[in-house]
Amino acid sequence: MSEAASILLVEDDPHDVELTLRAFHSENVQGRIEIARDGEEALDYLFCRGAFRSRTPDQQPALVLLDLKLPKVGGLQVLREVKASVECQSTPIVVMTSSGERRDVTESYRLGANGYIQKPVDVAEFRKAIRALAAYWLGVNLSPSRSRPGQVSAMPAPGAR
Amino acid sequence: MTGARFPMFRRRNYSIRQKLTSMNMLVSGAALLLACTAFAIYELADFRTTMVNSLSTQAQIIGANSASALLFNDAESARNTLSALQASPNIISASIYTRSNNIFATWSRHGGEDAPLFPGIPTGQTLTYSFGGNELVLTRVIDFQGKRIGAVRIRSDLSEVSGRLVRYTGIVAAVLAMSLFAAFVFSSIFQKATARPIAQLADTARIVSREKKYSVRAPTTTNADEIALLIEAFNEMLGQIQERDSALQAGRDELELRVVRRTAQLEAVNRELESFTYSVAHDLRAPLRHIQGFADALIEECSGQIDEAARGYLTRIIESTRRMDQLINDLLGLAQVGRQELRVQPTKLDPLVNDVVRDLNHETQGRNIEWRIGDLPTVDCDPGLIKLVFHNLLSNAVKYTRPRDPAIIEAGQQTVEGERVIYIRDNGVGFNMKYAHKLFGVFERLHRREDFEGTGVGLATVQRIIHKHGGRIWAEAAVDRGATFFLTLPTAGQSKTL
Repeated sequence: MSEAASILLVEDDPHDVELTLRAFHSENVQGRIEIARDGEEALDYLFCRGAFRSRTPDQQPALVLLDLKLPKVGGLQVLREVKASVECQSTPIVVMTSSGERRDVTESYRLGANGYIQKPVDVAEFRKAIRALAAYWLGVNLSPSRSRPGQVSAMPAPGAR
Repeated sequence: MTGARFPMFRRRNYSIRQKLTSMNMLVSGAALLLACTAFAIYELADFRTTMVNSLSTQAQIIGANSASALLFNDAESARNTLSALQASPNIISASIYTRSNNIFATWSRHGGEDAPLFPGIPTGQTLTYSFGGNELVLTRVIDFQGKRIGAVRIRSDLSEVSGRLVRYTGIVAAVLAMSLFAAFVFSSIFQKATARPIAQLADTARIVSREKKYSVRAPTTTNADEIALLIEAFNEMLGQIQERDSALQAGRDELELRVVRRTAQLEAVNRELESFTYSVAHDLRAPLRHIQGFADALIEECSGQIDEAARGYLTRIIESTRRMDQLINDLLGLAQVGRQELRVQPTKLDPLVNDVVRDLNHETQGRNIEWRIGDLPTVDCDPGLIKLVFHNLLSNAVKYTRPRDPAIIEAGQQTVEGERVIYIRDNGVGFNMKYAHKLFGVFERLHRREDFEGTGVGLATVQRIIHKHGGRIWAEAAVDRGATFFLTLPTAGQSKTL
């Protein structure tokens, strides 16, 4: 695990995790995907503390996909803390959640989210979204922690972690 | 009539007090005047008789005293006798006549009048008299031993009578003046019991009606007459008005309280609804996503192990989840409309509808649709919501005219019973009016899903929006002969506050 993950997926529902990974897989997304099961884990990961004490802060993921409905620490709280911190505020965070409610969108952006995706129910739509997401954030976009786009390690098998 | 020309004579310009006083004075004055006049007339008549009697007596005495002078033809003696009448200040002149009615002797106070004519005495009578000019002329026979030997005529002025008349008038005038004064004084004293309470009542009434102060009361009197009754009733009435006012105010206050409570309740309900909607947004969608996701995974990854039938079932599972997703979205849209604050402003409907028609272009590709959009009015409405209304209605028209070539979709306005109504008509498949009452129900559909897609929320949304604007919506149609939707919206400038 010397290479930083490309994507940190913060998602509590195991079904959603599996379906998201499936989608990444079928779209041939390159890069390692880390999973955080709740807000606390996500924060520990990003701030390199708790169970992730061994991580170094410079190994920030290229993208964080953040669900809003999380146990322990909620998605908005994670967003608030990360974007308020000095070490992690530049990490790109895209909120990916079921709700398309106006107030969720507004609040997310106000707290500094870099993007907002409403998880479509339709599988095909979801795949399209993942494809676009990956193409931009991992393909075109230059993340703060990489010098050139698409610098990743080998991709894990589906269902890993 | 006099009152019209001489305002001071107009009866209604006088107060009750003045009217009562003048009434009293007039009554006493008139009564007195009548009485005095009656007495005066009686007195004068009586006095005349007295005068005649007195003069007659004097004539008799003169006659008796001058009988011998007549008999002995002593005119000088007769004249002396006559001159005794000098003593009576009223007598102007006197004359004695012989039996043959010739003048025998004359005496007059101021000289002159030497041979006055003999005024005849009708036979059988002893005297005759007449009032004329300003004189009383009395002629009496002179008897001697039962035989007439001559006559005496005396002329008297009526100055005594006129003197009496003057004195009488003076007394009447004085009495009248005093009694009028007394009437005036008594009136003033008694008006305390009559006119003053009424005047005070009138004042109180004026204060009440001008200042709307119902706490004042008219001052009561100690009498027990109709005026006191009136005042009592008036005060009671004021009391009742006050009571009613305070009851009304109490009622209003309670109503206010109820309104405040109800509003709080409604706000609480609204908040609950909002959180419910929020729940739905998150929690209903997730399992749906999973069902579809894994069904799709099954098809993709286990295609070798499942047969055609299984694949078919899985496909239908996926379709159902898609439909449910659509339903959830539609329901959320409907709830959103309910919650939303109306932002009303005057909106021109012509450009709005044309926008909608343009938006529907992607649905109308390859179709032969004839749009007949007439002149539409400017209305007070929330433009976003009304655009949604027209989008739903026109999209429906497009959908249900699919079997038609050309499809004719009209929109315009007309006046129905004095009300301005907007209509949208199509020549599509229409519907059976038997089910018209279900038209706007949530998830209600009048066509089968395999014939025409849809969730049955579009019209429910439209109705909710129109009702929120205080308008009405209804439809008329016939099977296979198209449908017309009518709606009313307040004209620009006359929307009611909601």
